[in-house]
Amino acid sequence: MRLALLSALNAARSDRRAAVLVTDLDGGAARLVTAETLAGDPLEEAIRTALRTGRSGVVEGTRAFLTVQVPPARMVVIGAVHISQALVPMARMVGYDPVIVDPRTAFSTPERFPGVTVLAQWPDEALPGLKVDRYTAFIALTHDPKIDDPALMHAFEKDCFYIGALGSRKTHARRVERLTANGASPEVLARIKAPVGLAIGAITPAEIAVSILAEVTQAWRQGIA
Amino acid sequence: MLSTDNDILGQAEAWAKAGKGVAVATVVETWGSAPRPVGSHLVIDEDGSFFGSVSGGCVEGEVVTEALDVIGTGKAKLLEFGVADETAWRAGLSCGGRIAVYVEKVG
Repeated sequence: MRLALLSALNAARSDRRAAVLVTDLDGGAARLVTAETLAGDPLEEAIRTALRTGRSGVVEGTRAFLTVQVPPARMVVIGAVHISQALVPMARMVGYDPVIVDPRTAFSTPERFPGVTVLAQWPDEALPGLKVDRYTAFIALTHDPKIDDPALMHAFEKDCFYIGALGSRKTHARRVERLTANGASPEVLARIKAPVGLAIGAITPAEIAVSILAEVTQAWRQGIA
Repeated sequence: MLSTDNDILGQAEAWAKAGKGVAVATVVETWGSAPRPVGSHLVIDEDGSFFGSVSGGCVEGEVVTEALDVIGTGKAKLLEFGVADETAWRAGLSCGGRIAVYVEKVG
């Protein structure tokens, strides 16, 4: 593999652009295929499928191996709350790149979140700059409609692979009413995981973080394709 | 911090840019139960330093040895590993699966 090709692959990854490295297992020249260069590629159809599923592998009936790079998943957490203090370090260990948004400066302090990007801004200010995308897990934990609701509308628009929101069934029913009034369709509202996290009987903030991260992992591994 | 694929290929690039001979090993096929999925990388420099994984630690030693040869000759290799055969004194997978690993030089 030429060094320039390896550099291009790494650059695509750090820019959060999907890319596929096509390697000839018989030792021929390799090439990098991106969304811009996909049309007209001899393996266009196989590469399109690989980009959708995120799975690397040999193209059937050929000696071409596809190394598929989809952007590393990110996690946007709305709310610098107690659960977030447990969730963020766990999410990092699993491989997510987390960021916290909470306009309440009493919550969003560096002391509570050492080494974590915490934006003490309203979602409307903070989210556009974060380039939220399909490969983002989005979790609203403030319990405050003024903060969570606009954030969730942003997550719908960006089609995040996971959208979760803290709150009981009753709280969620009221949230659905408000978001419907804001123009959210029943289809997108059905995508919200609420109550957030897998039902494992979690009680403490750290246990709730485990249940959320388990549900995010499930969505990533079983759902994104 | 656990190493991600990003760190692994980033390490290969950093080594190569520092003027070292580097090889990238990639799991290209698996059969049965295999410890690391297709697309997993192990990167190796000319001194035998390595980063990442292609198995649960079962065959990395042999892949590194082969990689040093690939760095020397510049010729890529396709390696296959199956169940450990202790009588043959060869590296193998204790999980009972088989894997194919493609090793190529960078540069």
